[in-house]
Parts: sequence; C-alpha cells; structure tokens
Amino acid sequence: MKLFTSVMTNKHNLAAMWNTIKIAFWVTICGTLMGLFYAWLLGRSDIPCKGLMRALFHIPYMFPPFIGAMAWDILFSGRGGYLNTWLMKTFNLPRAPFNINSLGGIIFVEISYFFPFVFMQVVSALERMDPTLEESARIAGASQGTVIRKITLPLVTPAISAGALLILISSLAHFGVPSILGFSKNIYTLPTMIYALISRSSGSFEGIRQGAALSIMLIAVVGIALIIQKKVLSSGGYDIIKGKSMRPTLIKLRGAKYPLLIISTLTLVIIVLMPLVTIFLVAMVRAYGLPLIPKNFTFKNYSKIFTSKATLDSIKNSLFLSVTAGLLCMFLGVMIAYVVNRIKPKGKGILELLSVLPYSIPGTVLAVGVILTWSGSLGINLYNTIWIILVAYLARYLSFSMESASASLQQVHSSLEEAARACGASHTESLIDITLPLIRPGMIAGFFLIFLPAMRELTTSVLLYGPYTRTLGVQVYSLREAGMIPQASALASVAIIIITICNALITEITKSRKGV
Amino acid sequence: MADQVVLRHVTKQFTTRTLGTITAVNDFNLTVYEGECFSFLGPSGCGKTTTLRLIAGFEDLTDGEIELCGRLVSSKEKNLYVPPEERGLGMVFQAFAVWPHMIVFDNVAFPLKIQGINKHDIQKKVKEALRNTSLDGFESAYPSDLSGGQQQRIALARAIVTNPKVMLLDEPLSNLDPKLRETMRFEIKELQRKFNFTVIFVTHDQSEAMAISDRMMVCDMGNIIQIDTPINLYNRPVNRFVHSFLGESTFINVIIQDGKVYAKGNMEQALDIPIPPDVDREMVIATRPNAIELTRNRGYKTRIEKRTFLPDITEYLVPMGDQLLKVQTPHRIKFTQGEECYINLVNPMWYPAEDKELETERLRRQLI
Repeated sequence: MKLFTSVMTNKHNLAAMWNTIKIAFWVTICGTLMGLFYAWLLGRSDIPCKGLMRALFHIPYMFPPFIGAMAWDILFSGRGGYLNTWLMKTFNLPRAPFNINSLGGIIFVEISYFFPFVFMQVVSALERMDPTLEESARIAGASQGTVIRKITLPLVTPAISAGALLILISSLAHFGVPSILGFSKNIYTLPTMIYALISRSSGSFEGIRQGAALSIMLIAVVGIALIIQKKVLSSGGYDIIKGKSMRPTLIKLRGAKYPLLIISTLTLVIIVLMPLVTIFLVAMVRAYGLPLIPKNFTFKNYSKIFTSKATLDSIKNSLFLSVTAGLLCMFLGVMIAYVVNRIKPKGKGILELLSVLPYSIPGTVLAVGVILTWSGSLGINLYNTIWIILVAYLARYLSFSMESASASLQQVHSSLEEAARACGASHTESLIDITLPLIRPGMIAGFFLIFLPAMRELTTSVLLYGPYTRTLGVQVYSLREAGMIPQASALASVAIIIITICNALITEITKSRKGV
Repeated sequence: MADQVVLRHVTKQFTTRTLGTITAVNDFNLTVYEGECFSFLGPSGCGKTTTLRLIAGFEDLTDGEIELCGRLVSSKEKNLYVPPEERGLGMVFQAFAVWPHMIVFDNVAFPLKIQGINKHDIQKKVKEALRNTSLDGFESAYPSDLSGGQQQRIALARAIVTNPKVMLLDEPLSNLDPKLRETMRFEIKELQRKFNFTVIFVTHDQSEAMAISDRMMVCDMGNIIQIDTPINLYNRPVNRFVHSFLGESTFINVIIQDGKVYAKGNMEQALDIPIPPDVDREMVIATRPNAIELTRNRGYKTRIEKRTFLPDITEYLVPMGDQLLKVQTPHRIKFTQGEECYINLVNPMWYPAEDKELETERLRRQLI
C-alpha cells in the first residue's frame, strides 16, 4: 500500500497521467471532428473519386501507428528531421520550424491514425440511413443546412459517440506513438511510463511492482472512459435502416467542390502517403542523414536484415505467434460463440464477459498482468519464453474472434441445423456437416482479423519479449532505439508489405463470402 | 377544374457505370387537375418513382419543364430549379420516414416550426392533424413504440399539417399488411375529400390504383403507355402490356386466312369473331378469363382439360389450337373434367403478334 501511495504521488507519474489525459482529450476532439467531416464529405456530397478516397482513408487503420510515428520522427524530429532541415535551408530559418517530439506532435500523429474510427462508423451509419428520412424533412420545408442539423446529425449521433469513445480509449492505452516521439524529450504517458519502469529495472521485481501500481492508475482512467461509453451507448441507438435502398440525394458542392477535393487529397498525401514513402525511402538510404536521392540508395539494408539472425528470428517468431494465436482464437471463438448463441447454458453471460473483457484492458496493463501471473506465481514460469507472448495475444484477441464468430453464426439460421437433425443427423454431425461449412468464410476472415494486428503488435510484446523471443514489432522498435534507423525502416517496410498482402487477402475472402 | 400539376416534355436520364445512359423518364406529358386523385402505375423500373421525385424536386430533369399550381418549378430551357423545400408539397414515403429521434408531436410539428409559426397555432394544428389521422393520445410516444400502420399515419399527419395543395404518395401502403392497406386506402380517400388536395399516388399494385384513382397513368420502361380512367384502362387497353398489367389476361395467338380467324395450331375450326380492319396474318387476341363464355351448344368446340374449384369461381383449362385457355366461371356453371364444351370470345381486343425485344429491355431495366 505504501508503494501504491508513493507511486501515486510521484511527480513524474502524475505528469505522465496528466499527459495521457491531455493527449487523449485532444486526439478525441480533433479526431472526431476530422472523421465526421470526411465521413460527410464522402457519404453525402458529390465530391469526385469517392471510391479511391475511401480506400485510402482506410489505410491508417491497418498501418501500425508506431511505424508512422517513426516516419514522422524521421521527417520532423527537432534535431535534423529531413523536412525540418530542408525547410531551414530553403527559407533560411534559424531553427527547426516543427518539432514532432512534443505533446502537439504526439497528438497530431495519433489523430492521423485514430480518426478512421469515427470516419468508418459514421460513413456506414450514413450509408445505412434511409434517405427518405432526410427527404421528408426537405419536403416539410427545411433547407439543406437545417436538415443536416436537425435530422442527419441527431440520427448519426450514436455512431459518432461510439467512434469517439473508441478513439478515447485507444488513445489512453496507446503505447507506440508516445514512446517513439516522447522518450527523447522525456515526455511520458502512463503506458510508456509503465514500460520505462519495467524495462529500466531489467525485469527485477521492484520495477514490475511499480509498473503494476501504475497500471492500476491507467485502469482507473480507462475504466472511467469505459463507464462513460457504456452510459452513452445504452442511451442512444435508433432504427434508421428501413425500406428500399435508394441513392441518397447528394449535396452539390458547386464552387467548393475542387477546393475541398484538394484539401482531402492533401490530407491523404500528408497522413497516408508521406509516412509510407518516407519509410520506403529511408529503408534504401546508405546512411541515416544522407539526402534521399538515388545516388545514396542501396539495397544493403534489406540484405542486412535478411541475413541477420535476430531479425529473421523476429519475423519467424511473429509469424509463429500470429498464426498460432489466429488459429487458437478462431477455434476458441467459434466454440464460445456456439455455446453462447446456440446451447445457451446458464451463466453464459459470464463466459461472454470473460472473453470480451481483455479487449478493454490496455495492452500494457495486460502485459503486466501476464507477467505477474505466469512468472512462477502459478507454479509455471513462462517468463522470457515465447509462450508468455502467446498467452498475452490470446487474451488480447479472443474477443475479436468471438465477435466475428458470433456474427457469422447469427447469419446461419438455426433452422438449417434443425433440418439436419430432422434428417437423422446427431448434434455433432449437424454441427460438422452443416454449421461449420457455412461459417467457414467467417472463420477465415476471423483468423485474419487476429493475424493482422498480431503481426504488427508492439505494446504487449515489448514488455514480454526475451533475448530470443523478439517479435517483428519489437525488432523494428529496438533497431530504431539502437540508432539503426535505415534498417529499422527496411524491416518496417517488410512488415507493411506483409500486412498489405494479408489485407488484400481478407478483402477478397470477405467479398466472395456466400450469403446464407 | 384548374391544372395543378403539369409536365411538359419531361425527360430524365441517368448515367450508370455498368449500363451506360438510361432514360428513366422519356418525354412525359401529363396534366393532373385540381382535387384529382391520379395514380402512376407500372412495374419496377418503369419511371413512376423517378417522375414523382422530379415533381418533388429530389431530382433535376434532363429536359422539359414542370409546373405546380401555375408556378414553374423545373425548367431546362429557363435553367430553373426550385428545391423541394420551396415547392410547398406534402409527401408520404414507402418506408414511412418518420424521424426516430423525435416524438410523434415533434414529427408532425416539424414543418410548422420550419415555417416559423407561433407555438399556440402549432399546438392547435398538430392536434387537428393527429385527430384527422386517429392518432390523438400518441403525441408524446416515440415512433418506434408504434405499429407500422400508426407510423404511416404519423407520416400522413406530417404531410397534411401544412395543408398542402398537392400530396405526393410514394407507394405509401406497400409496407403494410393487406387488411391495413385497405383501411388506409379508405382513410387517404377520406382525407382527400375533406381537405380537397390533389393526390399523386405511385404504386405497382393494380387494384390499389384502380380503387383510389380518378385517372391513372400506366407507364413502362420510361414511357407513358396510356392515361385514362380505371374503367377505360381495363376495358380498352392500348396494348398487350396494359392488358396484362390490369386484371387477368388470356392471350390467344391467331392466324388470319381467307377472311377467317384460326387459333394457332388448329387450322380446321375457325373462331366466330369479327375481324377488325388493318390486321396482319398473325395477331394476338386478348380477353379476360371471366369474359369467355363456356356453353354446351354453340361456339368453338373443345373439351375441359382441367377443372379447379377456387373460393369465388371455378377455373377451367381449355385447349384451343396448341394453347391452353384459362376460363373462369361462376360456380353454378358446371362442367366435368374431359367433358365436351363450346367457347365464345366476347369483344376481344386485337394486338400485333409478340415482341421479344421489348421483354428483354424490360428485364434489363429491372436489374438496375
């Protein structure tokens, strides 16, 4: 208890908490506004190239934020970021115009990765919304502006608040961006402080204890956010999906069309393209700091990472962990979902809650918990083995597969299974011959839903890895920490390519999914 | 009667990525008179809903002009387009479109609030509109707590509360169950009589259209096929399409040879019907299953192939040439299966032989 009070009153820890809250606050506000604006632009206006823009706006969602933060650090680091240097030279500035290693920088980068939460929620709400709800207001005499204010906005409010709270909770628990941008300037948030405490003490129990105490603080902050979420989400929710689907009347932007198109394109270039290009260019540069021109390009960084045992091991580890976690979660998810949805035993609520709960726990806290439980206190010591990471992944991602399995199970009407039973099949036979084949596409999609985030996972692995159990994310992170930025970029670009390919696969699979 | 809604050469084209340019509405000319109940009837993809949306102002036309109550609201030539909120219409949608985030009172009061009417008058008018739609007592309920029929009444109340001159109804009854549909049909008619507004009613249900309309327009594939009263449309359809769209139809392919009419597949026994002028060698004659006379003494000799006893009629299938005709009679006319019989066609309509291309085009449009 004394430890707890000392941790609680420690000035650095309080500063970290304050930073966490400040960052989360601004990221939520700005991210929501940005998501809302682009959702409206793509969902309700006649801006051209919608399909392409929508696809591009999804990219930040699958792109690991810490790799983005790395790119921004390369471009706008207060000391010698590429663009900063260029701006200083071109405009003869005495000092760097931007400093990404600041609270503002962290907020900016987090916004660019978290705004899709609101964007996607609202776009889909706008799409599902019956356009006649808006049309009947027009007929009633309301102008376009009044319709947006009085009808459209109130109707998508549940979607907005759901997305905003997702941003809030993700930002509170986020590790990658503040750690990459903040450490050099001693800016800490709760998750990065926990990491710093534990890694500095190099696995000693004191560090873990302090980390655990701090975790409770983080849980408290996230818990408050979760309670707000529960309150807000249970109060809203209208049935806005009705009738035949019709093209909604698109708002003509007229004169504002091209300026808005330019703004959206610029946004996309800045938040999507620039970090991506930076990573790929820096991955090819001979030595960090040399100008990014073809003369300085080489493939040596790639050959280095593909010959380094540590790096190859990290790719292997990540593949092993992601595939295993994906498969295990998929089967566990189907089993739990089946039990909960079809057999409906007593106490299914607890089962449901237990499997969904870890999702709301910040990854850092989860990792601390896993360390405390599985490093001997239960008689099994998994610390420093790959299994402890696997346990953490399972806990973290099981809820994903639960949800996707539930969704696909609900699409298979139970009468299909009953028909099989009526034909003389046993319970197990009907499950194997009817239900499983029907939900197979859903299961495959569910697998990738875990495989993808697990491939780029950093938050928990960075606390759990041992000398031989680095993951892809950890390896990128430590290469960068060690100052080998071109190599880190090369490995990051490999990760991006893997993620992009898998993402293309998942889209293909879900597209060809048969309607049941 | 004054002209209330006038369409002159109205054309609307859509450009789709997969099918190219589609003419959804092709050169529509029509006039709806004050106080009239006018229906747009046709299969899906015929252009009826697009026409209504052009009148409401949700779509801008590609060519032509539209006049509402003597005021030009859409005109290609004058580059004029009045937005829907300034057209002063009432409209009821198929999916009700009542706002789920407002209580019944606020839903109905919305158009009045937009007009900036004072609170006291709003109270009074909303009350009256709710009474006229038998919704009194539901003022503070949320729409989701009410049944489908009640929700559609909210939409109706919201449409009549501003006392519009023209009311647009876009398949307002097709989301309701059959029994309720009939009641609502009657209630709409009642409201119209009481407030004397002009109704334009879009439907694909022929009996609904016939029951409610003073006149109706049948359209198909973006073209007006016929505008007339329900009786005339039923008795004198201009083509096979209208014939088959309203009521049940029996078509017989016939061949005309030496001034006599033969059913295709039987050139031995001629049909005893007068031949109109200007006929081709092959024609189609159309009649209704209940307009065919089935007797034991004179006419075209054939036999009963199949008899089906139905709730209000007996239905017989009778061969004529290589076709089977459907004949419907009251129960008191009794024939047994296989029995010899004679049939007479009374005042059939004559149409040119089948047009395959038209059918393909219709299918293509329904896919959009």
